Amino acid sequence: MSVTVTGAIGAAVDRVEGRAKVTGQAKYAYEYRQDAVAYAAILQSTVAKGAVRTVEAASVLELPGVHAVLWHDNAPRLHEVSDGELEVLQSDRVSYRGQIIGAVIADSYETARQAERLVRIEYAQEPHDVLLRADHPKLYTPEKVNPNYPAVTEDGDFDSAFAAAEVKIDCTYETPAEHNNPMEPHATLAIWEENGVTLFDSNQGVVNVKTTVARAFGLEPDQVRVVSPHVGGGFGSKGTPRPHVILAVMAAQALGRPVKLAVTRQQMFALTGYRTPTIQRMRLGADRDGRLTAIGHEAILQSSTVREFAEQAALPSRMMYEAPHRRTTHRLARLDVPTPSWMRAPGETPGMYALESAMDELAIAGGIDPIELRVRNDPEVDPETGHRFSSRNLVACLREGAERFGWNSRDSRPGVHREGRWLIGTGVAASTYPARRQPSSARASYEPDHGYKIQIAAADIGTGARTALTQIAADALEVPVEEVEVQIGDSSFPEAFLAGGSMGNSSWGSAVVKACRELRARMAEEGSEVPLWVEVDTKAEAAAASAEPLAKHGFGAQFIEARVDVDTGEVHVPRALGVFAVGRIINPKTARSQFIGGMTMGIGMALHEESLIDLEFGDYLNHDLAGYHVPTNPDIEQLEAIWLEEDDPHVNPMGAKGIGEIGIVGTAAAVANAVHHATGIRVRDLPIRPDKLVGAVPRGNR
Amino acid sequence: MSKTVPVTLNVNGVEHHLEVEPRLLLVHALRDNLGLTGTHVGCDTSNCGACTIHMDGRAVKSCTVLAVQADGVALTTIEGLASENELHPLQEAFWNDHGLQCGYCTPGMIMAAAGLLAENPNPTEDEVRHGLEGNLCRCTGYHNIVKAVLDAAKAKGAAVGAPASGQPGVTA
Repeated sequence: MSVTVTGAIGAAVDRVEGRAKVTGQAKYAYEYRQDAVAYAAILQSTVAKGAVRTVEAASVLELPGVHAVLWHDNAPRLHEVSDGELEVLQSDRVSYRGQIIGAVIADSYETARQAERLVRIEYAQEPHDVLLRADHPKLYTPEKVNPNYPAVTEDGDFDSAFAAAEVKIDCTYETPAEHNNPMEPHATLAIWEENGVTLFDSNQGVVNVKTTVARAFGLEPDQVRVVSPHVGGGFGSKGTPRPHVILAVMAAQALGRPVKLAVTRQQMFALTGYRTPTIQRMRLGADRDGRLTAIGHEAILQSSTVREFAEQAALPSRMMYEAPHRRTTHRLARLDVPTPSWMRAPGETPGMYALESAMDELAIAGGIDPIELRVRNDPEVDPETGHRFSSRNLVACLREGAERFGWNSRDSRPGVHREGRWLIGTGVAASTYPARRQPSSARASYEPDHGYKIQIAAADIGTGARTALTQIAADALEVPVEEVEVQIGDSSFPEAFLAGGSMGNSSWGSAVVKACRELRARMAEEGSEVPLWVEVDTKAEAAAASAEPLAKHGFGAQFIEARVDVDTGEVHVPRALGVFAVGRIINPKTARSQFIGGMTMGIGMALHEESLIDLEFGDYLNHDLAGYHVPTNPDIEQLEAIWLEEDDPHVNPMGAKGIGEIGIVGTAAAVANAVHHATGIRVRDLPIRPDKLVGAVPRGNR
Repeated sequence: MSKTVPVTLNVNGVEHHLEVEPRLLLVHALRDNLGLTGTHVGCDTSNCGACTIHMDGRAVKSCTVLAVQADGVALTTIEGLASENELHPLQEAFWNDHGLQCGYCTPGMIMAAAGLLAENPNPTEDEVRHGLEGNLCRCTGYHNIVKAVLDAAKAKGAAVGAPASGQPGVTA
């Protein structure tokens, strides 16, 4: 059953917590006041591999205000930990540079940080191995890739088909390590009381934090409460609890006092996850008409020695285009590096950079317009499963974008369009992201004097979820949005899935709709004179939705204009257009922001973002916002996102596909394709820094 | 380092007499000592601008100022920007135009924008983009931020926080 739209869904409702955020009243994790709080500072390893031999803390403990120094020898033992990154201070092993090897706890933040620098540590250092290479001897095929896909697929006879193809390309694309860098650094305030522990924490899902902490400290889940009403971004890096959460809880336990722990921006580069670097070999074969006969996508990725995380980079090549012969593979090398993790659209983001760059190269090789090439290979059914698509409007996105962007008058020859110092080009790429959902529960209540209230352990990490859920609830209750209050970000509310995989609104909204419908039914029977509440979960509905033989994905097309300075190689993106087909848009105001925010991160990926590994010391060298460049205000010029009407009753009761991630998917390929069109130079390793273009622009063109 | 010195912080028109360590950063004095947590910490290297406040009417990054350097200076934080019942035009515009998502950069962005408008009440789009290049946002793609600043500039009374005569603020 789908929601009957009565007006809230689809309206550009102002962000409900907007006033709190513009007045500075919205409190983030570190900002809760707590009596007798102590401050913890993280001690990080300065070697990339080896063991901690001695920790000389005596002199530090003499400093006024220092309460404790924790390290593996004196730290409390943890109970059950399934993530190697969370085995904090459980052994002397050092698995990467920057790993947590201790903590100093003091009366003030300043004293803790001062003392942390004075602790003397001796290591038994071992040689480290931190560089991912295509010929790395440790490469292996993992059993599954994130979150649970097969690592390898083979359809037909790829090798023969590729060998026989009339038009083909065989290119390798590389992407560097990239760091999520949400604006709010990770932070935790841990408060032990008689019955358990309360955390004020910055995360994408309070339930995950609650269950992980409960297991690690041998508590029942209801002995842990996690409170996170406002979260300053995450982009995947706060999707699961990171090691500092364990350390904060441990420190508070050891000291018998509440402890605040803020991860510094610099520490985030080792401790809170990042996108793995990738090396992706793409082989595409087609006939003379541009119909794909063979698709090969082989991805090489890294993980750490403490946990296997295998980014599903080749995934989009399984469902984007029709082809009878196909091979997709993933191989991993587990190096002495921090553990990579989710970063906005893991899999699709690097994977579609490779696939959509390769499609551009194939279009040029075959003398076909890049849009026409994609249209010709748009599949009737999902090539991987044979299932019908619940809705697939990639072609409509490409056509609409082409019309608006002025694609049809494009001169396809590269390097011929110049205005003054600028070589100008345009590029296109497709976007996609799966439309999945997970079970969640929600409570809806009515009180005659206070109206309607929804409680759900959801997260608004900046997405607009609180606002969207208010709209969804209002329509399900058939009341104005002003009559509904939605409360999220507290593990004492009904359990819900995390803000990840663009599944938040889909999962939570489904539970909210169900709760609101049941509440209305109760009110129809019992009237509105007495307080009423209902609590529901969507286990059955989510299972039924997953079992449906349908392929559910959102699609989009991205158009980029790039200008390249003929002398310096500097790239500007004066114009970007994204066209998306993602089901029903709940709130055009928050949705547009998600799209253009994602596209901006994609422009950053194309031009700026790169974490450089230091081979000698084994860590990310440019580990701060001075050295790791994210797009700034003047980097962004004309940027527009639009969406097509799309009715998809299969994805969830709202008919809305997730939109938090699709905006970044394809952007970098569109930029690289535009840079090629501008200059004739194909950069196959991101980011497209000026040094990769300078000197490569033909002299005659300068 | 237990030696402390007296400092008077005049924040949003209210005088606070504190004993602080000379090494205490102004941003931590505001957040931890005075509980004014609307001013955020985002980077520790003065790149992100989440900690932007006004000193004598000029926008500064309070993570690069010691509390003792702010002794006697008129400070304005995001909490002091609105008048009693009314949001500042920039606050209205950031909310209306959706110039924010996660909200973490927002107070600093608004304070930097207020500083910009005090110096240049009618900026062009380009001047806004360059004027705010020291404030990072990872969510919005900046578009609505620029729109909000331009809309606020159009709204009457946006140009508050003009530089006070006398001491120039410390710029960071």
